[in-house]
Amino acid sequence: MRQSLIQWFKFASPQSFYPLAGRMIPWFWAAAAIFGISGLWISFFVAPTDAQQGEGYRIIFVHVPASWMSMFIYLVMAFWAGLGLALNTRVSAMMAQSLAPTGALMAALSLWTGALWGKPMWGAWWVWDARLTSELILFFLYLGFMALQAAIDDPRRADKAGAILALVGVVNIPIIYFSVKWWNTLHQGSTINLNKAPSMAQTMLWGMLLMALAFWMYSIAVALMRVRAIILERERHTEWVKHAVE
Amino acid sequence: MQWNSVGEFFAMGGYALYVWGSFGACALLMIAEPFLAKRRLSEVRRSLIRERLADELETQQRTQ
Repeated sequence: MRQSLIQWFKFASPQSFYPLAGRMIPWFWAAAAIFGISGLWISFFVAPTDAQQGEGYRIIFVHVPASWMSMFIYLVMAFWAGLGLALNTRVSAMMAQSLAPTGALMAALSLWTGALWGKPMWGAWWVWDARLTSELILFFLYLGFMALQAAIDDPRRADKAGAILALVGVVNIPIIYFSVKWWNTLHQGSTINLNKAPSMAQTMLWGMLLMALAFWMYSIAVALMRVRAIILERERHTEWVKHAVE
Repeated sequence: MQWNSVGEFFAMGGYALYVWGSFGACALLMIAEPFLAKRRLSEVRRSLIRERLADELETQQRTQ
């Protein structure tokens, strides 16, 4: 086996991932703070007032990052869960377990900020529209994944059951993403398109991207914090854990 | 900058409830979550330390 490959597998063991995660966390917090502060500055002091929505549009600076992260974290979670299922690697299953609450939080924030945006602009907190309903299903998928894992006593079996649920649920992600194209919905089309110039002011776009990066770094930092707790909880009967805590 | 006063900033052009309700909820949850994650880690660490102390005590008593 090549040397680099061996290095990779080394970090797949809880024993070496635990201290590595601990060393990475402060860097991700620092990045989250830098992106967050500059993003908030642009959101409130640089980005101009919107011609149609006045100051109410500023919700976009948290709504879009939270929605993106809710979908992206699900994909990452399903990837780790699937890898754990296929290769039986312990850290990947723990990583999936650690990401679920953060994903659920992002989905909840997406729905909450969406409701607060919908009320003044559409006149309704909630409509049973394709985009909103599929995002609500995503929120329930996260809760279902967490509940299923918590309900099974044997952690390895819980990982397997959770992984299958996570992988089946992936079908919902393209449904959310393309819902505004496939169906006639109240929700506006995507703000950023891969094959089209973005339909918004440059400064607004920068604010949104910086906030998205801040949410991204936040999610990594908090997921690493939680995975460290999960590693200790699940490996507590091993020799190395006994020596890891002083 | 488009704000002439602090009051104008907080009023958000009449959308105060919606804008601050959104940013406030994000701030609240994104402060609470790392706090909870940290507490979970320190709880498991504490119980591991207790467990080790109990083990040490037991071996001490056995040798006496």
